[in-house]
Amino acid sequence: MIIWQTPAGLALALFMLGLLGLLARRSLVFVLMSIEIMLNAAGLLFITAGMRWGNPDGQIMLVMVLNLAGAELALGLILILRLRNRITNLDGDAANILRDVP
Amino acid sequence: MITYLWLIPALPLFSSVILGLFGPVMGPRVSGAVGTISVGLAAVLAVSIGLHWISHPPTNSIYEQTLWAWITLPGFSINLGLYLDPVSLLMVLVITVIGCLIHLFSTEYMHGEDGYSRYFAYLNLFVAAMLLLVLADDLAVLFVGWEGVGVCSYLLVGFWFSEPTNGYAARKSFVVTRIADIAMLAGLLLLSTKLGTLNIQAMLTGAVATWSAGSLMPTVATSLLLIGGLGKSAQVPLQTWLPDAMAGPTPVSALIHAATMVTAGVYLVVRTHALFLLAPHVLDAIAVGAVITLLVAAFAGLVQSDIKRVLAYSTMSQIGYMFLALGVGAWPAAMFHFLTHAVFKALLFLTAGAIAMRLNHEQNIFAMGGLRSKLPLAFWAFLIGSASLAALPIISAGFFSKEMILGAVAAAPMPGLILWACGILGAVLTATYIFRVVFTVFLGPLKTEVSGSYGVRIAVPLVTLSVGALVVGWLETPEGLGNQTIFSRFLTPAVGVFHHLPVSFMIPLLGFAAPLLGIGIAYVLHRNGTWARATTTMPSKLTIFIRSGCGFDMLYDELFVVPYMTLVRVLRHDPVDSMFAGLQYLAIVAHRRLRAMQIGQIRRYASWMMAGSVATIAILLFS
Amino acid sequence: MMLVWLLVIPMLGGLLAWPAGRFHSTAPRIISLIALLSDLAIAIPLLHSSADIAMPGTWMAGFNAAWIPAFGMSFRLGMDGVSWLLSVLTILIGLFAVIVSWHEIDNGAGFFHANLLWSLAGAIGVFIALDMFLFFYFWELMLVPMYFIIAIWGHENRRRAAIKFFLFTQGSGLLILISILALAFLHQQQTNVLTFNYFELIQTHTSHTFGILITLGLFIAFIVKLASFPVHVWLPETHTEAPTAGSVILASILLKTGAYGLLRFVVPLMPAAAHSLAPIALWLGVASILYGAFLAYGQSDLKRLIAYTSVSHMGFVLIGVFAFNIIAWQGVVILLVAHGISTGALFIIVGSLQHCLHTRDLSRMGGLWGDMPRLSSFGAFFILASMGLPGLGNFVGEFLILRGAWAVAPVITIFAAIGLIPAALYSLVAIQRAFHGPVDETRDEHDFGMRETSMMLVLASAIICLGVNPQPILTIASPALNNMQPQPTTAMLKEMGAG
Repeated sequence: MIIWQTPAGLALALFMLGLLGLLARRSLVFVLMSIEIMLNAAGLLFITAGMRWGNPDGQIMLVMVLNLAGAELALGLILILRLRNRITNLDGDAANILRDVP
Repeated sequence: MITYLWLIPALPLFSSVILGLFGPVMGPRVSGAVGTISVGLAAVLAVSIGLHWISHPPTNSIYEQTLWAWITLPGFSINLGLYLDPVSLLMVLVITVIGCLIHLFSTEYMHGEDGYSRYFAYLNLFVAAMLLLVLADDLAVLFVGWEGVGVCSYLLVGFWFSEPTNGYAARKSFVVTRIADIAMLAGLLLLSTKLGTLNIQAMLTGAVATWSAGSLMPTVATSLLLIGGLGKSAQVPLQTWLPDAMAGPTPVSALIHAATMVTAGVYLVVRTHALFLLAPHVLDAIAVGAVITLLVAAFAGLVQSDIKRVLAYSTMSQIGYMFLALGVGAWPAAMFHFLTHAVFKALLFLTAGAIAMRLNHEQNIFAMGGLRSKLPLAFWAFLIGSASLAALPIISAGFFSKEMILGAVAAAPMPGLILWACGILGAVLTATYIFRVVFTVFLGPLKTEVSGSYGVRIAVPLVTLSVGALVVGWLETPEGLGNQTIFSRFLTPAVGVFHHLPVSFMIPLLGFAAPLLGIGIAYVLHRNGTWARATTTMPSKLTIFIRSGCGFDMLYDELFVVPYMTLVRVLRHDPVDSMFAGLQYLAIVAHRRLRAMQIGQIRRYASWMMAGSVATIAILLFS
Repeated sequence: MMLVWLLVIPMLGGLLAWPAGRFHSTAPRIISLIALLSDLAIAIPLLHSSADIAMPGTWMAGFNAAWIPAFGMSFRLGMDGVSWLLSVLTILIGLFAVIVSWHEIDNGAGFFHANLLWSLAGAIGVFIALDMFLFFYFWELMLVPMYFIIAIWGHENRRRAAIKFFLFTQGSGLLILISILALAFLHQQQTNVLTFNYFELIQTHTSHTFGILITLGLFIAFIVKLASFPVHVWLPETHTEAPTAGSVILASILLKTGAYGLLRFVVPLMPAAAHSLAPIALWLGVASILYGAFLAYGQSDLKRLIAYTSVSHMGFVLIGVFAFNIIAWQGVVILLVAHGISTGALFIIVGSLQHCLHTRDLSRMGGLWGDMPRLSSFGAFFILASMGLPGLGNFVGEFLILRGAWAVAPVITIFAAIGLIPAALYSLVAIQRAFHGPVDETRDEHDFGMRETSMMLVLASAIICLGVNPQPILTIASPALNNMQPQPTTAMLKEMGAG
């Protein structure tokens, strides 16, 4: 029996890594990758939890998370491509036209 | 014949609607004819009903006609019904006959005015409403007529609407009477709640059966009704509107503000006199108030220079006499004075109008003079009217009615003699102020140019009313002058037997002397030029005070108008709305604060989300 | 089934009118006229029919179908005398609204008439819904199209007015929803049946506090709609900024839904709670009467002036409803109808004035009687009618309300009656400033033509008929009002005896 703490710890580490990337990187491609990592961390946590309680629901959730990640990636890349046409680079901070202009 | 009673108010109403809808198309000649003929027909009908009545009086001298059920609810119903008894018959006769004459007069007087058909539409509507008022068998229906005449008065006083002061006078007359009407409405509500009906006869029977004399309920109820009556009849303290109401065309003043509408208060008290008998204190108050009114108005009439204002104050004063009669319970005396007053005051107003018409609408008596030879018809008519108003003994109608009132007052218990003395003083003043006008206008040198001439439509009403003002008094004469009692016997079924109570011989003697004294004073002051001088010299403060009607207007301005306008000014921008605007301001401030967070940087948003999640989890874990 | 048609016809008419506006701007007007006329043809005969849905003799027609059975919501309609009167009033006023917009609304006529018809359908639905959730649904349906009418076709400050209108009415809608849900869940607790059926909910027993809370929710919601002091503030702005048809519908119909809600729901649902609210309600009524009258006097915008008079008149309605007796309620019904007619007519007149003078400012009017005698005389007539001139409809309503209220609360009634004095003041001053005064020769005015004159004649004769013979209306409303009257509790009887 594999102890569940190890994969859970791994998931936490992955999530933190992703979060760090999300907060630190300005390039939108990296931001997207960081989100993927965070999603995967969540998926891993689901599987771990399923294993811990012997419940298949965790795996079902993983499949859903993967689907979600795929869809999100596709949409995200499209948005990034469209954005690149507008602001010519991939700097996320430059894409701040949604701010509330006083 | 009597079954056509409903036609009497219906005819003028119908013609008013016709004139209102098609008047502008019909042109002045047809409009005037329609207006006059409809009232004329009503008058013919009224007179024939009256003649029939005298020969074949109906059972109990009451004829009732229910037109339709107005409101029928469990525990509360009002029938729209007509109630004809001697009192209402008398009122109907006066309204239709004098109304018809005034309509006829108006067709010539208003010739060439804009809104000629509108004028007749209003005037007919007034006659219809007034007839409804006097014929109503239910107080609620009476109230409909009551407000109806008020509105017609408003419309007619403000008939020449392009002059803002006329509009002000019209509004004032309506609002002051409206204030009184609200009290009357409250009285109606009280009566209908306590007695379960507003049908006048049923209500009176119920009141007599339920309430004892002098108890609280009838006192409150009659006080409320009385306030309504005081407002309509321009009695102190609600008299201020009447002098201003003279802004209307003169025939209107004759019909509404002299002959009919202003006596509605008298009619109301007579109609419900059984109720008033249950409230002796209110009757005393009526008498005292009446004396105050008649003296205040008589003094004010003494210093006016506008002929119509003199007549307006004299109307107030004469209605004061009627209320004085009511106060001592002499109902027939009040009604008799109503009759003679309607005749001679209508005559005076019409003559004043006829004079002004020839003088380019001049109404200042001191701008007139020496008109006796230039306007003989007007002179004789005005003289007869004035004699009647001054109660010149024997030859005038006013003498007999005033004598009847003063006799009854003198015979009344204790304060009777004081009231009588005031009445005599009033009689002296009356004779003085009206003959002041007569001497100023008709004697002396000619001051103005006289143009035009009188047509038959002016002459006929003046002559008819002059004859009336001479003879109508003989319907009821005191002992020693024929002891005629046609009038009081006619009214007996409605208001009970009237006894000419025996009084000391001094009483009628002074009644004889008072008018002559008054005329004498007026003549002396005319001869030595005091009247005329009063206009050229600076008037004293007292004169100004009296001329303004003893300062009631100023008092009410300070007491009511100014606070009201201040309140309106304060409220006008809706302070409650500003309170809600505070909410809006709060939202704006919050928005300004919060939008600082929305800087458009995804990383910043993500950090906030993170912080939020951590905080939520922490709270969930540790709580 | 007829009741369903009553709702479906204007809805469909709206759906048709919208696209029809693309082809020709007259098409939606004709479609609206046809829809409303056929609605009227359906509604009128209902007067003599009867349906056996609850108390016998009360209901004229009924309809019931499953709607969302899982939540106990059904499509339950019923029409009694009061509903009939208000529905017919709605349709008639709707017709007038269509006629007055004939020349006023030019762009977007299709969408305008669609909104008009939907709003009317919503109002009719409010008057005939007997499922409380359905009632809420129609309540919202009535408001949203009205928002568009104000926001798109209104005058200068239409955006602000529309938002204010929307926020207030939406807030009141939320209160209704919460109260309805609370009531339904309470009923479910007691009987284990989740239902929104009016007749079931009416039998719910509540503790006093809870009953008060629910009643308070409904009460506040309905007095917002009724525009009682102090929640009237949406009304003046909305009425002023709305296009003529919008003002007419707002004043003549939408205000009435508040009064209807009070009569239909607040009073019968929880009589005891409603009765304990009565003193507050009565004083609010007095405050509305006086406040509205004072403010009306101070306005210089004619439309705003009339709007404040509505506040004043609805104060009488509030007093009448909370007098808890048939006489006052009959007065309420008469006043609702009469106010609908007279104020509707006044808004039509002001709309027409604005059309030719391009202003609503009283200081730029005056002397109109000289140039526009027909318009002015109708204006004066309706102002006097709304002032409560005896012989006309509004007086009967006010008189009955005061008579009914006097039996319960004489002091309050006296204050309410005193409100008739400022009513005279603002009415006369409005006549003076608009129609009387010196004639301005430079203006170029057009008096009422045939179309307006005949409209005014119809409305004027209606108000006269109502004044001289209100009995038919009283008879129609009588069974319904009897049915709404709560069985008097001992406390109420005691108080009435004391009053």
